[in-house]
Amino acid sequence: MELGKTVFETVGGTPLLKLPSISRDLDGVELYAKAEYFNPTGSVKDRAAKAMILDGIARGLLTHDKTIIDATSGNTGISYAALGAALGYKVALCLPANATEERKKLIRLYGAQIIETDPLESSDGAYNECRRLVAEHPEKYFYPDQYNNDANWKAHFEGTAVEIWEQTEHRVTHFVAGTGTSGTFMGTSRGLKHLNPQIKSVLMQPDSPFHGLEGMKHMASTIHPGFFDESIADIKLEVSTEEAYAMIRRLVREEAVLVGVSSGANVAAALKLAKTLPKGSVVVTILCDNGNRYLSGEFWEG
Amino acid sequence: MSVNVLIPSALRGFVDRQSEVEAEGATVGEALAHVAAQYPDLKHQIYEDDSNLRGFVNVFVDGTNIKKLKGLDTPVANGATVMIVPAIAGGF
Repeated sequence: MELGKTVFETVGGTPLLKLPSISRDLDGVELYAKAEYFNPTGSVKDRAAKAMILDGIARGLLTHDKTIIDATSGNTGISYAALGAALGYKVALCLPANATEERKKLIRLYGAQIIETDPLESSDGAYNECRRLVAEHPEKYFYPDQYNNDANWKAHFEGTAVEIWEQTEHRVTHFVAGTGTSGTFMGTSRGLKHLNPQIKSVLMQPDSPFHGLEGMKHMASTIHPGFFDESIADIKLEVSTEEAYAMIRRLVREEAVLVGVSSGANVAAALKLAKTLPKGSVVVTILCDNGNRYLSGEFWEG
Repeated sequence: MSVNVLIPSALRGFVDRQSEVEAEGATVGEALAHVAAQYPDLKHQIYEDDSNLRGFVNVFVDGTNIKKLKGLDTPVANGATVMIVPAIAGGF
């Protein structure tokens, strides 16, 4: 028997965390968080990047003469860069210039190239620039297009949803998540509803187009990912950037869970919801990425 | 001093869809306050209270983050470009 695993093989299978201090005041409602920061590069995006790369190889679109290119605000870029390096593919990423320094540095460490795009246009600017580059030289690139690639959400349909179902011993009643590409939200919601149609899908959204929830997209004011279907959401909840900041500080101080701002927003939404639910409800949300990617942020104080 | 304030796409809905707004002021703080006075909805988006910006709002003057200069007290020259930079949104 062969010993050990490749980095590729360690994607997924993340723990489901209890949050005993955060959920202390809940009356008969359980709250859990899927710790996606346990993935090899520290974020949930390893799942989608792995699935899209494998899908590209299987369909003959990704070959070693091609460069993997996509638009990202950081985490997917780090996943592509790492998994690309592990398999020997070149990677180029369109990234808004205001992405955090830690993210840019990580991407470069794995050997990928960064194409910086207009910070005023945020992730939509990176998306448009990526499409332009690919249209100019289609022969040079493998463009997974994380916003429109079904392999993205299917990674969660087949992976994240099934894991949550099993880890809660089929008791999960509510799934709460925000949206970037919406891959995690769409795939996990669809997967859980496929396993039990009674499970409610809860969409967390930033409370304004202008927000500090890195990686989260305010759907009402930005380009919609091709596979995003808002009608799957049974409940919608808004979270402010300040609420998310307060929650990441609680998570690290009270639970020793060091995660990024979008995770704080998810947990804040899940807790808000949990307080309104009947006894016996089981709420699961997502911890999207590792907080050590945001150490330069000022929001840790306060 | 007259300066140009560049508005990120996420904030254009609060300033009649403009990508650039002209403002008066000798410092970044004065210029932003001038814009906020013209567009009160914008004020709540970028200010935490009467004098401080929200934590995730970054402002650049001619390409340099004011956190590396004198913050809102950073002086602006006539014709300077003040850029409000949004947080990264979407698609990780």
